[in-house]
Amino acid sequence: MTTPAPKMVDVFSDIERETAAVSNPAGFAVTELAAANPKIVTLTADLSNTLAEFTERFPERYIELGIAETNSVSLASGLAACGYVPYIFSMAPFGVLKTAEQLRTDADYNHLPVRMVGRLAGLAMGYFGTSHYAVEDIAIARTLNNTTVVAPADANSAIALIHATADLPGPVYIRMAEAADKVYDEVPAYEHGKWPQLRHGGDITLIGHGMGVGLAAAAAEVLFEHHSIEADVFDAAYLRPFDEEALVATARKTGKVLTIEDHSIVGGLSTIVAETAGRRGLVVGLAQCALPAEDLEVGVPAELYEFYGLTVDGVVARALELAKG
Amino acid sequence: MPDDTQSATQLERGRPVTDKELMRRADWIRLQTVDLVQQAGLGHYSSLFSCAEIFATLYYHSLRLRPDQPRWDNRDRFLLGKGHVATGLWPVLADLGFYPRDWLKQFGKVGSPLNDHPNMRLAPGIDFSSGSLGHNMSVGTGMALAGRLSGLDYRTFVLTGDGELQEGQVWEAAMAASHYKLGNLVAIVDANGFSGSGPTSQAMNIEPLGTRFEAFGWTVREIDGHDIAVVRDTLDTLPDPASEQPVVIIARTRKGHGVEFMEKQPQAWHLGLLNPEQYADVVAEITARMQLSSGGTTPRTPREVTK
Repeated sequence: MTTPAPKMVDVFSDIERETAAVSNPAGFAVTELAAANPKIVTLTADLSNTLAEFTERFPERYIELGIAETNSVSLASGLAACGYVPYIFSMAPFGVLKTAEQLRTDADYNHLPVRMVGRLAGLAMGYFGTSHYAVEDIAIARTLNNTTVVAPADANSAIALIHATADLPGPVYIRMAEAADKVYDEVPAYEHGKWPQLRHGGDITLIGHGMGVGLAAAAAEVLFEHHSIEADVFDAAYLRPFDEEALVATARKTGKVLTIEDHSIVGGLSTIVAETAGRRGLVVGLAQCALPAEDLEVGVPAELYEFYGLTVDGVVARALELAKG
Repeated sequence: MPDDTQSATQLERGRPVTDKELMRRADWIRLQTVDLVQQAGLGHYSSLFSCAEIFATLYYHSLRLRPDQPRWDNRDRFLLGKGHVATGLWPVLADLGFYPRDWLKQFGKVGSPLNDHPNMRLAPGIDFSSGSLGHNMSVGTGMALAGRLSGLDYRTFVLTGDGELQEGQVWEAAMAASHYKLGNLVAIVDANGFSGSGPTSQAMNIEPLGTRFEAFGWTVREIDGHDIAVVRDTLDTLPDPASEQPVVIIARTRKGHGVEFMEKQPQAWHLGLLNPEQYADVVAEITARMQLSSGGTTPRTPREVTK
């Protein structure tokens, strides 16, 4: 099924749209959806600033719940059981990790259309300390059998994915990394569970999600210009369901797959690729640009990305090792 | 979406029924539960016995329901926070016509829609799944908010145990319910004084419950949860759903109520299985009381509530 390009509902002026779509794509997209669907409500645990566009237009459908994430998820499930489509805006570490059991037992097991918009995932709140990291969130969310997990590559990708998942009958986790460079000049069209291919090449495969997509695309450029290595590049926007066929095909073609993600090396995209390789019997070299499974350092995000090799240079270096290996 | 057409079997709020009929119904629920547990081989007795009068009054007098349209938009919701007593709901929902009585024969078996805890996806008449304590007060708050948003006048009832109130999430929900002025939300605390391993107060004190709920902005009614007349009167005189304070009914109950040896050792019968001799004793004790009450004599004097 191909998702049509997002339908623009006239609740934003052109100028508002340009500003909001860039600075707050998730709030913007949900506001657009809400204009067309009166059953959409938004909830936040003290993150009202991300919903200014929504609250201006639909104040009666905005529910502030204070700093109480677990209550938010169960309460949203109650709303969903009565026909509403609740979008919870929360900081990813609290919205997903603290509420893992509510997401599972109340939303997922009951197949309810609860949407969790996890803002500032990965190391985006690096400076604040490890309590504010969400680097195990995909590992948890992707074990929920009825939940769709998506990780936008940039603002346009976020708008597209929020629209593409709007009508799914089960829960959706939208993982907002927000540190990402621009990947898509326009709002792309996503197909459910499919990974858009951004570049074609036969030597190596680079797959990223979130900020990893921009890094993969930029690294592929360098690999081609300076090392004559041609890479397949994928945007792993869907982590559950994921694009197994694309993964298998590219792994068979290149024999070398590098995953790039601001998530623990345990349980995220790196694990998805390794599991698939094992399960499908692929003969493939694997490498990862991901966060190590150990205590992480604290610092401003840019320095942390540098430290953990989540930079274009870091990805190029790892890709060259893999290519030689 | 569920339709709004008239139902052939709509059960209205405040249906006529005598106190004696409700008392017998509560004992019938106890007997049915004992049989279901016997069939399954393991189950929760004493926690169900403490809320049998509450089940009976809600389902045979108070709730507005359409058994032929279990998802009807404007039905009253009932959430079983203490999901481990769902066994007592199964015969009730079958009796009211939500599903055939035959389903009870499969209770507890692999593939059965009816299990020890309720699942909304499997059993008609279950408004929300439960099992993980502390969640359903939040879910009920969401349903009450949905009622406000959609302009419907249904009530949402949440039955919680007293041990369940040790869960912090309950109080997050209690805060939200009064903040959003949800007079269409009614919590009933089955305050039987015990959790799985012993007296609730020894595990973690939760009293004074009334004062605590009051401080959270709730209207508090504290009653004897085994006195049918009082339970019924309390449910009959709930504030209008459009009112602005959530209501908590603190039902002081006895874990194991209605079977003498269970009342004496309530925690021993939280989870278990009666041996054949005990089973015969329990059936005899409850049946005798039911016969007595059909004969027109008051079966049991409600005891004084100690606040």
